[in-house]
Amino acid sequence: MAEILKSEQSASTVEHIETEPGVDKPFLDATELILNMGPQHPSTHGVLRVILKLDGEKVLNAECVIGYLHRGVEKIAENRTYTMFNPYVDRMDYVAAVSNGLGYCEAVEKLLNIEAPPRAQWVRTILTELNRIASHQLWLGTHALDIGAITPLFYTFRDREEILKIFERYCGARLTTHAFRIGGCQYETYDGFEQDVKKFCDFVTPKVDEYETLLTTNRIWLERTKGVGVLKAQDCIDLGVTGPVLRASGVKWDLRKAQPYAAYKNFEFDIPTGQNGDTYDRYIVRIAEMRQALRITRQAVDSIPEGPIMGKVPKVMKPPVGEVYHSIEAPKGELGYFVVSDGSTQPYRVRVRPPSFVNLQALSKMVEGALVADVVAVIGTLDIVLGEVDR
Amino acid sequence: MPEDKPEQKPASPPPPAAGEKPAAAAAPPKPAGEAAKPAAPAKPAGPVPQPWESEMVTRLRNRYGSGIDPKTYLGQNYIIADPSIVYELLQVMRDEEQFDYCVDVTAVHYPQRKEKEFDVIWILYSFPRNERVRVKTMIKDGDPAPSVAGLWSTANWLERECYDMFGVRFEGHPDLRRILLPDGWQGFPLRKEYGITQQDSEWVKINLGIESGQ
Repeated sequence: MAEILKSEQSASTVEHIETEPGVDKPFLDATELILNMGPQHPSTHGVLRVILKLDGEKVLNAECVIGYLHRGVEKIAENRTYTMFNPYVDRMDYVAAVSNGLGYCEAVEKLLNIEAPPRAQWVRTILTELNRIASHQLWLGTHALDIGAITPLFYTFRDREEILKIFERYCGARLTTHAFRIGGCQYETYDGFEQDVKKFCDFVTPKVDEYETLLTTNRIWLERTKGVGVLKAQDCIDLGVTGPVLRASGVKWDLRKAQPYAAYKNFEFDIPTGQNGDTYDRYIVRIAEMRQALRITRQAVDSIPEGPIMGKVPKVMKPPVGEVYHSIEAPKGELGYFVVSDGSTQPYRVRVRPPSFVNLQALSKMVEGALVADVVAVIGTLDIVLGEVDR
Repeated sequence: MPEDKPEQKPASPPPPAAGEKPAAAAAPPKPAGEAAKPAAPAKPAGPVPQPWESEMVTRLRNRYGSGIDPKTYLGQNYIIADPSIVYELLQVMRDEEQFDYCVDVTAVHYPQRKEKEFDVIWILYSFPRNERVRVKTMIKDGDPAPSVAGLWSTANWLERECYDMFGVRFEGHPDLRRILLPDGWQGFPLRKEYGITQQDSEWVKINLGIESGQ
């Protein structure tokens, strides 16, 4: 038995427990332990299973098991018309449904070689940015809750409610909004839409400061997030990680600036970045992004152009044979759609490039050498939505 | 003035409604190289892929000759490459042409295309150049595609998903197994012959204890 233990030890990467020959092993040896986290675990934000290989409380290795929420969204797309598939995309990243819809509609518009009218572009930008704030608020509340701070959850959910009210008044739905159509938006803005959005911006600006008073200099928060789950810029690029995670490691890259879509090139905003690429920087970046989103929203709502909200699209959509890839900056990173048309009314293939799926791949690298409690923090900081990981 | 997108400068009127021409075959061979962006003769079928010329393409063509076929469609560039050179091409793209970010690896199934049933597509992006390009190759069902997990770590899961959904094997992948579907599952759901309600009924019966998962 002792020999087996010894051989296992030498095979493992643990070095500090090597004992001198002749010396008996301690009663409780720090050999490897497999810990199964999830799929039903409150901090995995859905059904994610992580298999952790531990040495004491230190994580040696982590492996994600995903697919519990797989619904075959890409297969469904091939069996629906372009218009019919539109609501399905909302169900992937359900906390940022508006972004999903925007990406899909723009991809198909590109395939059809049409563009939505300016008024629709503006409304799309406003709703997408509001949704970005909502997504970051939900992230902040749950992430802080995972780490042990309960209060931010109540604050962020209280304020997120105001955004959902605007969505509800605009299109009747709160979460899976299906707000956009291929070629524009189906609904004209309701009376008082601009006032509502402005009122919300004024309301939430001090609230973002309020979140910061709870956390930014909180000692427990600092201890739990500083230096945890570090991902350097080079690793981010190698792993294809995008969004706030990439920016927190110091890469100033945002698709809204790099390859502008919707109405973004008309507005001024900054790309907040971090330096260390740790959990704390990602928190700072997302907080700053909320402020930038408010800035964009304010500019957009002041300058909504007049005109039609829906462009001219054929009744039966038959894009010419061809394929396009279009991606947008979703709250979680680069969300891309690769759409192939064979000239019929149904897409031949729709490939979704989900930011959550790709970002989750970085988990095992980020938790290597960390503690079990840090795994919870890292899953939170990656801001994944399992509906999008598994599709 | 504010709404036009940067990439789509040519004001080619594209009435897409009636478009049903097989565009891939209709690309006119235009060897004289200039920007190749303006969508050429306004056909009612809509835009067709045009040959793509750029400095990078010239460099690559000097190296690979007819092994690559660079095209541009709706302002998006892609290179169709021969399966035998595609790994080397991707390596060159990363090391010499600064395409440091592999956005996606995916496939498309064309069962009617004999001897090359699968399109395997790598979507690449370059941070320094802010440029996107797709590399595409056609392989036979059962033939492996080269794995680029050694070039970009991100390809690891992307290739696993592609294998999971299409059964395309990636040669050289460190850990090629299913990722979204359960390990013992039979069949590859994104192949065209796989029905939308079809499932591995044996797996469902054994693991869920029911006749049908629907």
